[in-house]
Amino acid sequence: MAKSAISQYDSLDVGPLLAHAQDEVITHSYVRYVPMPRSGGTLALVTLDNGKDHTRPNTLGPQSLVELRETLRGLQVQARNKEIAAVAITGSPFILAAGADLSKVGDIPDKATGVLMVKLGHQTLGLLGEMGVPSFCFINGLALGGGLEVALNADYRTVSSSAAALALPEVFLGLIPGWGGAWLLPNLIGIKNALMVMVENPLKMNRTLRPEQALSLGIADAMFPAARFLEDSLKFADEVVAGKRKVKRPHEPGVLERNTVWPIAVNTARKMLRDRIGTVAKSPFAALDLLAAAKSNTKAQGFQAEDEVLAELIAGDQFRASVYAFMLTQKRAKVTPGAPDREHAKPITKVGVVGGGLMARQFAFQILRRLEVPVVISDISEDRVADATAWMGGEIDTLLEKGRLHSDSANKLRGLIHGTTTMSDFASCDLVIEAVFEEIGVKREVFQELEKHVSPEAILASNTSSLSIGDIASVLKHPERMVGIHFFNPVAVMPLVEVVRAQKSSDAALATGVSLVNKLKKTAIVTADTTGFVVNRLLAKLLGEAMNAIETGTPYDVVDESVAPLGLPMGPFELLELVGLQVGAHVLDTHHAAFPDRFFASDALRALVDHGKIYDRDAKKKVTGVSSFAAGLIGQGPGFSAAELQDRVYDGLADEVWRMLEEGVVESPEDIDVAMILGAGWPFHMGGLTPFLDRVGASEKARGKTFHSPPVRGVS
Amino acid sequence: MQGNQVVFVDGVRTPFGRAGEKGMYWKTRADDMIVSAMIGLLERNPRIPLDRIDDVAIAATTQEGDQGLTLGRTAAILAGLPLSVPGFAIDRMCAGAMTAVTTLAGGIAAGAYDIALAGGVEHMGRHPLGRDIDPNPRFLAEKLVSPDALNMGITAERLHDRFPQLTKERADRMGMLSQHKVEAAYQAGHIQADLIPVALPSDEGYGMATEDEGRRPGTTMEALAELKTPFRPHGKVTAGNASPLTDGATIAALASEDTARELGLGVRMRMVSFGFAGVEPEVMGIGPIPSTEKALAKAGLSIGDIGLFELNEAFAVQVLSLLDHFGIADDDPRVNPWGGAIALGHPLAASGVRLMIQLARQFEGHPEVRYGLTAMCVGLGQGGSVIWENPHYTGAK
Repeated sequence: MAKSAISQYDSLDVGPLLAHAQDEVITHSYVRYVPMPRSGGTLALVTLDNGKDHTRPNTLGPQSLVELRETLRGLQVQARNKEIAAVAITGSPFILAAGADLSKVGDIPDKATGVLMVKLGHQTLGLLGEMGVPSFCFINGLALGGGLEVALNADYRTVSSSAAALALPEVFLGLIPGWGGAWLLPNLIGIKNALMVMVENPLKMNRTLRPEQALSLGIADAMFPAARFLEDSLKFADEVVAGKRKVKRPHEPGVLERNTVWPIAVNTARKMLRDRIGTVAKSPFAALDLLAAAKSNTKAQGFQAEDEVLAELIAGDQFRASVYAFMLTQKRAKVTPGAPDREHAKPITKVGVVGGGLMARQFAFQILRRLEVPVVISDISEDRVADATAWMGGEIDTLLEKGRLHSDSANKLRGLIHGTTTMSDFASCDLVIEAVFEEIGVKREVFQELEKHVSPEAILASNTSSLSIGDIASVLKHPERMVGIHFFNPVAVMPLVEVVRAQKSSDAALATGVSLVNKLKKTAIVTADTTGFVVNRLLAKLLGEAMNAIETGTPYDVVDESVAPLGLPMGPFELLELVGLQVGAHVLDTHHAAFPDRFFASDALRALVDHGKIYDRDAKKKVTGVSSFAAGLIGQGPGFSAAELQDRVYDGLADEVWRMLEEGVVESPEDIDVAMILGAGWPFHMGGLTPFLDRVGASEKARGKTFHSPPVRGVS
Repeated sequence: MQGNQVVFVDGVRTPFGRAGEKGMYWKTRADDMIVSAMIGLLERNPRIPLDRIDDVAIAATTQEGDQGLTLGRTAAILAGLPLSVPGFAIDRMCAGAMTAVTTLAGGIAAGAYDIALAGGVEHMGRHPLGRDIDPNPRFLAEKLVSPDALNMGITAERLHDRFPQLTKERADRMGMLSQHKVEAAYQAGHIQADLIPVALPSDEGYGMATEDEGRRPGTTMEALAELKTPFRPHGKVTAGNASPLTDGATIAALASEDTARELGLGVRMRMVSFGFAGVEPEVMGIGPIPSTEKALAKAGLSIGDIGLFELNEAFAVQVLSLLDHFGIADDDPRVNPWGGAIALGHPLAASGVRLMIQLARQFEGHPEVRYGLTAMCVGLGQGGSVIWENPHYTGAK
């Protein structure tokens, strides 16, 4: 028999860990014994169950792990005494386990305690590989993180065809799968598949595996329908124990893969990762290191390597920030602080969209799809209307072709689109959203005309990004019905919507706006009616500093270098190209006009608008360098060093966030972070923005205090 | 029977569990039980093309909650049958599954169906008989049915009154023998062969139902004599000579003989005839006597032609009343050779098919027997009987 991978933990003392787990929701390990008619033996079936329903999934905290460990040790003895011939582990309805309880992360007081948690996981789950009899995991439902690692530690796995999701999302949260996953997974399904499951998927908006994918990857050895999942799984186990069923592992790596494919695959992944997300985020690269080492590590060495890496990460800043961001975005998907009670929201049974342009047609379509109510969309000419409705029809066709929409539903949606050039067609709408040209006179005219036709109770909204909702509404008979609903481009993808409360906005108007956002399955933040609201204002700060630096003689790469520690999805100039140089220039102009002493407008950017680009790109649209025209815009002068510019940016952002809180643009730093994470793609591992500004000292420099108390940061 | 020959292709059931909080199915839904049985039946009969199933009839006495919602249809959907397969629910109290079989058999005989699934489920723990019933006040006012007729134990006591020769001692002995015969059949593996194991959720982890839960193989006459008589002070009916409250599900596949031949399906029994009959509700236990006479008459057979009897032991006394009527000894080896409901349990609407499952398996071991009878009494004064022919029959010994 191979050397034990868990004997290295024999002297583990988890006392200090348990001291911090007093209020843990314990996932119990129940054992019942089941006869195996084929092999003639008895199988000990362990059920993980925290006694709650599927809305509070099983989690594995310190007490839960200790109970499981003692249960498995007992079964080890029974196996040795030949009382049982197999061990299987499964979960409660719909749930195997969702890993560690993230809400308890803050309770880990220091690195030493964090390490104990990692080692206890290894010691416990690792038992499943050393039972002395075959071990099985019946993945009956959701298996995330440590939950999936329970399965990976067993000798065999079955999966229910109705399991909601399987994933190792650790990297997404600033961790690595550290209960054996980083060693077990590549050795089970090969390096390329492991890279996908462990690194690529978490970074793709935390993508998960469906059961059939888990089967084809070889994570599961068999898949059975939910109706008889446990019965079929027990039959499978019986057949395996009886030697009547051979399990094939199609992707289990052989010598050839280890010696050739393995290192190359990891290196390729490393290069791609650097290009895509930079090098600020630690966990993806730590995962790559572990995957690389798993090639030749023994299991015991693999576990040890996970202990070491995870100890660093679990105590570090990025994990805490990630958990902060994760919990925050989860919570905010359901609750919007600052919004009036839901009961104020008006029913939305018919929606009007004024304007058929790029933004308007996108959110018109999202409203159509999610609310399934009549959507009236207008523009100034029949041609433009036809163009907008045809685009929406095309979106329906696309969904239909992809099988994401039933043909009956497609017909229904098509029947709900009404294009018009006549304002009177908005008469019976409960909510009308305007997205016409960003010019106050034009918008005022639209709303004055609208008010002639809609009912006195109808809610009116503007998608403006740069004008004051209050100013637009000032011409209305009922200005209290007006609210801002600011979507981000592309509407289908961006999860944030800013709902703007003008001075006179009624609770009904605001609540209806938030209700619409929630029905679109997006997250709302409520902001005051101030220039740029949240996302554009902070981006304008950053981009304005960047353009100012160029104009005063700082090279492009120095600007990029100065903001690199923010870990943004792309540098300031790439971002400008993405949102459109004209839009960018407009945003800077608007903010400069509103706050001339703090925000830069940029002549250089206006020149770039005319030129049309900043970067030269190759045939694959990959940046090859700064265009000579853009380079020529670097001003005369000393410019900033990266360190100087970094201070300006950090200080400027911190000052601006403080001002927004002081002015009541939003209620809390959390609002800022939700906005930047979901509205601008700022990274989880930074916690959005404010935990980062606390950590680098910018918030204290600006106001003598931090945004969060205690600050969101690691432990030592 | 006239028309197309109906055959019993196969039948299976869940293990039967004790009803109530301590029973193994306490946390299991009734519809999940019948779905488990249905999937198990279809898995072991892979030659049945699912889209050729013409109807699904599932019986339950108390059709509410997880035992309601047109069980035949919902169970078929939950079991993964094609949506093109229809289904319905059926109720004749204790003879539910038996009536599902005879109703669909009628459809097959008439040529309307080629293949059909018939079964029943009763989760008496979740759905005790008589809960939330609302009997018409005319039953009482016009003395149509005595309130006692709704309590099955009291009807059994009344049978003892009517037939004084059916003593408590005879009833107890039948109860004891039922336990012993079931145990012997278990030892021989006869019963387990047709059980579909069912996963058991509980507050303390999942278990697996693999055997009938209520058996008491160590039963003695002495112990039985000590039992209370819950239906009447100093009465005769006890938990030892009556079937216990039970959770369980059963299902059978039926087909026309032509279809079975075409598809190569198993033929475990041929249906010869069936009959249902009504009696006074107050003595519902004698119901199988007239229903059996009807079925025999339709088949042109006499009681002497029946080589094996599967009689539902709702109460020992009502089985004895039938045996006495037909002049069969209490311990005749042809009667319930593997025991009956007193030991296995009687999940009301599911029991009819359980009788058929056992008869079919006994036929295999008795090629000298040509005909067998499945019969049962039914609440509110009815009896049901189905006569089957053994396809393994090779002529008299």
